[in-house]
Amino acid sequence: MKTNNRLILLGLIGMAILLFPCAQSAFGLSDAFKNNIYNPGLLKPTDSVLKLKVGDRAPDFTLKAVSGETVSLRQYRGKKNVVISFVPAAWTPVCSDQWPGYNIVKDIFDKHDALLLGISVDNIPTLFSWTNQMGNLWFPVLSDFWPHGKVAASYGVLRSDGVSERALFVIDKKGIIRYIDVHDINKRPPLEDLVKELEKLK
Amino acid sequence: MKKILVCWLLVIMLLLAVASSLTAASSPPVVGGTLPDIKLPIPKDSAEKNYLDLGFFGFGTFKIPEIKAKLVIIEIFSMYCPYCQGEAPNVNQLYAKIDDNPSLKGKIKIIGIGAGNTSYEVGTFKKKYNVPFPLFADGDYVIHKMVGEVRTPYFIGVKINPDGSNRVIYSKLGALGGVDDFLSTLIKLSELQ
Repeated sequence: MKTNNRLILLGLIGMAILLFPCAQSAFGLSDAFKNNIYNPGLLKPTDSVLKLKVGDRAPDFTLKAVSGETVSLRQYRGKKNVVISFVPAAWTPVCSDQWPGYNIVKDIFDKHDALLLGISVDNIPTLFSWTNQMGNLWFPVLSDFWPHGKVAASYGVLRSDGVSERALFVIDKKGIIRYIDVHDINKRPPLEDLVKELEKLK
Repeated sequence: MKKILVCWLLVIMLLLAVASSLTAASSPPVVGGTLPDIKLPIPKDSAEKNYLDLGFFGFGTFKIPEIKAKLVIIEIFSMYCPYCQGEAPNVNQLYAKIDDNPSLKGKIKIIGIGAGNTSYEVGTFKKKYNVPFPLFADGDYVIHKMVGEVRTPYFIGVKINPDGSNRVIYSKLGALGGVDDFLSTLIKLSELQ
């Protein structure tokens, strides 16, 4: 019996070793970042407990943007729908190729009277260097560095290692959360999923 | 016990086969070699279908050497890649230069493969930059793995021989550089003129 258990355990370890390299490969990373991307490998898909649900009022926050301005969620109340894109960390795969895609679809956001706020727990100098590789972003990039990850924590998307989840929140003009996607951190959310949610806004 | 051991061996062999197919190519296509066996869906759009001139109709898949051309330029790109976005007007210009030249039109064709991009994302890129040549989605990175998980943009030039065989004549990461220089380099390498 003991030998059988050992064999089963060995088999499971073998499977894990075989599957791990397949799972962590392939990000289709842009050459814009050259060899400067740190690959943390395959991570636990999600590692936090969401504190909000669709229909809740989005917690307000005030954060400093890379551009130097200070942005508060409440300033868009009654004026704009807001999409918040939390990305886990600068200079990592997937994150580096997420906001540049949003950068070429401003027209889609405009069509739905929506604004995008990019948030990361990195500090401003890091975000400055990183987002400079993305071209001129049309949306504010906000630093949730200090108190570290306070906004991510208030939304329930701060992971146990101090980075945020890869998460999207769609907030309507009344400040109510209309969509939440706490995505597998290893994958980029398909653009069409977000667009479908924007189309539901009035 | 023997039965369990045999079962695990079979499972591991199966996984090895799956793993090797998933990680098919660890390096990009090599100049002088042949293109991996990439299958693409036959476009629904009739203009794209006519451009590729596959010589058959239907809704299945085709292989790149089945495109009626002497040279096929493949761009591995992503909608999310800033360099690919910046390069899009140059690749369009390359297409226009080929299209405007009667001695090249129909002989050199361009396709794009969106690494990790869904059909919607590829369509968004095509619309944004008015891309005149066919773009294909590779949402699950299947093709991207076959071409060595290259960074983007990555350009591959493939010479198609009359017997249907092919030879990679260009395989390089990064921007085209000058469009005229790029085109003349590929013409020279493919011995087209």
